[in-house]
Amino acid sequence: MSKSYRDGLPISPEKFVDQLMRLKRGSIGRREFLGLTGLGVATAVMARELGIMPTPAYAAENLGDRMSIATWPNYHDPATFESFKAETGVAVEVNVFGSNEEMLAKLQAGGSGWSLFVPTNYTISTYKKLDIIEALDMAKLGNFDGSQEDPRFTSEGTIDGTIYAVPKNWGTTGIAINTKKLTKPMTSWKEFWDTAMAEGDGRTMVHDYQLTTIGNALKYYGYSFNSLKQDELAKAEELLLKVKPHLFAVSSDYQPSMRAGDAWMTMCWTNDGAQLHRDIPEIAYVLGKEGGEIWTDFYAIPKDAPNKPAGYALLNYLMNPKVAVKEHLANGAPSIDARVNALLPKEVMDNPILYPAADLLKPLEFGAAATLTDPGRAELMARFKSA
Amino acid sequence: MSGAGHKPDPGNATGGQWPAGTEAAFSMRGTLLRKNLMTALLLAPATLWLVVFLVLPFVAIAIFSVGERAPEGGYQAAFTLAQYANLPARATAFWNTMVLAPVGAFACLLVAYPVAYYLALRAPERWRLILLALVVIPFWTSLLMRTYAWMYVLGGRGIPALLAYVGIEDVRLINTPGAVLLGIVYGYLPLMILPIYVSLERLDRRLLEASADLGATPLSTFLGVTLRLSLPGVMTGFSLVMILLLGEYLIPTLLGGGKVFFIGNALVDLFLQSRNWPFGSAIAITLVLVSVVVLIAANRISARLSGARRVDLI
Repeated sequence: MSKSYRDGLPISPEKFVDQLMRLKRGSIGRREFLGLTGLGVATAVMARELGIMPTPAYAAENLGDRMSIATWPNYHDPATFESFKAETGVAVEVNVFGSNEEMLAKLQAGGSGWSLFVPTNYTISTYKKLDIIEALDMAKLGNFDGSQEDPRFTSEGTIDGTIYAVPKNWGTTGIAINTKKLTKPMTSWKEFWDTAMAEGDGRTMVHDYQLTTIGNALKYYGYSFNSLKQDELAKAEELLLKVKPHLFAVSSDYQPSMRAGDAWMTMCWTNDGAQLHRDIPEIAYVLGKEGGEIWTDFYAIPKDAPNKPAGYALLNYLMNPKVAVKEHLANGAPSIDARVNALLPKEVMDNPILYPAADLLKPLEFGAAATLTDPGRAELMARFKSA
Repeated sequence: MSGAGHKPDPGNATGGQWPAGTEAAFSMRGTLLRKNLMTALLLAPATLWLVVFLVLPFVAIAIFSVGERAPEGGYQAAFTLAQYANLPARATAFWNTMVLAPVGAFACLLVAYPVAYYLALRAPERWRLILLALVVIPFWTSLLMRTYAWMYVLGGRGIPALLAYVGIEDVRLINTPGAVLLGIVYGYLPLMILPIYVSLERLDRRLLEASADLGATPLSTFLGVTLRLSLPGVMTGFSLVMILLLGEYLIPTLLGGGKVFFIGNALVDLFLQSRNWPFGSAIAITLVLVSVVVLIAANRISARLSGARRVDLI
């Protein structure tokens, strides 16, 4: 009777432990070897890549059949990639990141595998300096029209007259707040941090991202968002360490927690604020009156991109105003392209989350290149996280 | 090298006649040589594998660990022990790990032992394999997926929503040390149950009868016989889970909200955020050394506890 049970089981505990002990002794079967080491999969992939096994053919341009893009959470309309695949046969793999540092780290290490990625304005000069991004071949980007872009947001993509990155959209870093749970009006970063230690105790999130978390702590005291001054950073650290035990989480992927009602208040980017408010009206998005960050996200192509033709093709596709308008409607970040703005519905253009009042925009600062690579800020963030 | 002829050895300068015994000795040496060559050939792939994927990376990390962080992050060549001197900057992370790894492993043990005991000694024969399968099957799903599932169970739309339904509002379960501990116990339970189960199943039940016959209470039989004899399994499970926990970073990130900071999280941040490869390497080397010390200690303790019996943990 018990035999029949045994037959149905892929592995019995005795066998599991036997195998474990056998592996410890260094004995291993061929199938296990291939399975454990991934060599089996590697062989299959190589066979395919080298054309030993047939692959579905996509004629016309040689774009391959897949590429990967590195971008931010909740930043694209998944339908865009579906329609790109339908048009070109190229499947797009989306890698999501929580900080520019992480993107830089992957590119510095090499072999990231990305053919397109979405860096923020202040990082581009460092990428250029490290010689890891491509000078864009504008002939392949016929849909891009620089004359339609607002130069306030685009300047950092061009270095010494060469275009290294073209803009995706701009935005701000503010506060998303569940007004049903936290009823006191929120207008400043000072109130954000104070509330985190009072009514918002255990319900507040900050980014896992030194630029904004340290920057907005600096704003508590009215210092520059980009400060590298020792004494100012020390004050920011003091505040962060005081707030730490009261936080719900240190994470840049805050939408799920805000939607589930676990978190009531979070540091938030425009596009996430717009998405949250659209779906859950009681979640408001506000800017700190002391200032904070204004940013532009760009598209760039890594020098070691494994599939540059597809990277260019997708970038050109995304620069098509008809495609871009759908992207903006889905992700909610304000567009830089006048052609796209002309296509966007009036209520989007009138949305104060996307286009805040001028007096709120005025004190905002673009991130500075030095903050990306400064070891002092990196260590401060590490001390904050491990506290 | 056949023993038949009396061919002079071409490599030998004298080329003379050999006494009868020498021929046999040569032939034996040949077999030995062939045997050694065979062993060497058989070992070559594994050795190569270890050298390429274990020794070389380890050497690279050791070299990185005495280097400096490049201005834009990464590594630049240098010879300094500054990274090791800076280790106290991650003392909190080390401390958290050194506390949570044994606590997590112990909590795992507390849950696993009764299950293994029931499975090995109490469960009806015809149910045993099904029950064991139920223990093992979740293990086939990736830890990431299972941890994500817990995020939803513990999150606001999971258990807290049910509690709110019966009038208990605003309970927070996710992103607490308790949630991390739960995730650890859940994630590593099979690794603890199976070795204990195996050692309990091998238990000679006549010993239990003998113990009872000699007047021992069930409790002292359990402590003196059952527990004692299952200690090798317990120590195997404990050190397996403990070693894995020393490098854990996924569960604290997902269920602890990035607030419960393990040394694994410090490593991830050093390589992926601040891009301080040399410091990260120094921590990695230290972590490896600490793991080795823990293993040796666990080995010693288990050898002492289970009497003279030798126990191999790894």
